[in-house]
Amino acid sequence: MSKFKKSSSKELPPISTASLPDIVFMLLFFFMVSTTMREVTLMVKVTLPQATELSKLEKKSLVSYIYIGTPHQQYQNVFGNEPRIQLNDQFATLRDIPDYITSEREARDEAERPMMITSLKVDEFTKMGIVMDLKQELRKMAALHINYSARKKAER
Amino acid sequence: MARKVPEIPSASLADIAFMLLIFFLVTTTMDVDSGLERVLPRWVDPEEIDDDTPPIRERNVFIVLVNKNDQLMVEGEPMDVENLREAAKEFMANPYDDEDLPEKELKEVPFFGQVEVTKGVISLQNDVGTTYSKYIAVQNELVGAINDLREELARSQFGKPYNNLTRDQQDAIRTIYPSKISEAEPKKVGGN
Repeated sequence: MSKFKKSSSKELPPISTASLPDIVFMLLFFFMVSTTMREVTLMVKVTLPQATELSKLEKKSLVSYIYIGTPHQQYQNVFGNEPRIQLNDQFATLRDIPDYITSEREARDEAERPMMITSLKVDEFTKMGIVMDLKQELRKMAALHINYSARKKAER
Repeated sequence: MARKVPEIPSASLADIAFMLLIFFLVTTTMDVDSGLERVLPRWVDPEEIDDDTPPIRERNVFIVLVNKNDQLMVEGEPMDVENLREAAKEFMANPYDDEDLPEKELKEVPFFGQVEVTKGVISLQNDVGTTYSKYIAVQNELVGAINDLREELARSQFGKPYNNLTRDQQDAIRTIYPSKISEAEPKKVGGN
């Protein structure tokens, strides 16, 4: 009887924190694996348009990105506030597109090159003029497979 | 006689792991890139375009125009984006063999046998001043129309959603409803 009493003493035993690091590590590994680091710092403002018929970009390694949008505030006194093209980490013009596509191709394996996709991340308020010019450049470079990046729209 | 090495305190291990965890939480972008997938037509040198190719008949072309004020004109009639999907579906399917809607040709398709396949082509033309969001909205409706038709056919033929079909079955459906959305060459016309 006395034994029973002792085990139900008023003081709660402290919760063991020995497994806390293990739990945290588990979370850590999950995030490490699922993380894709932002590769470029965006210098243009891109708000993607909305669409419903989306398809996912399966292989990230095959995708090269082209951004179009108005430059952020701190670049506006140099680059103006008209929509500009951004490739990698710098502003570009249409004349840089062929070089960019070529260098992106060079960076991939020979076998993967036909499957490459160019993802266009274009701000929704951009006028089509610059996009049409860009598409013509892509056609000249035979980078025909493109993806108009868009956000998922809630079902009507 | 080996000296006793003092035990390394592991109390701060959790803190270190937390710090790493927070770093990865902050830098993580979980969003999967998605968008409308299109294939551009091959580049043709303007001088090499030969006009020998037979012109496409008017009834086989579904002309969608978007002007600089983001207004739509479909087959000569003003239209809202909301109605575009239905119109495009009716054009591509042509269920009653209407005189004004596209012709069909018989084709041998696996799983289906002899099927009438539409010769229709959707032509999308936009102005330099069209906003990108409108352009995407129109593209979305056109792609959606074709996706809807494929979905309906998949359900009626195989009783399954299109995405659950095998690759061959999907190919068969794709031959019946091809994704023929042509984006016209930009035209150099004044007055916009």
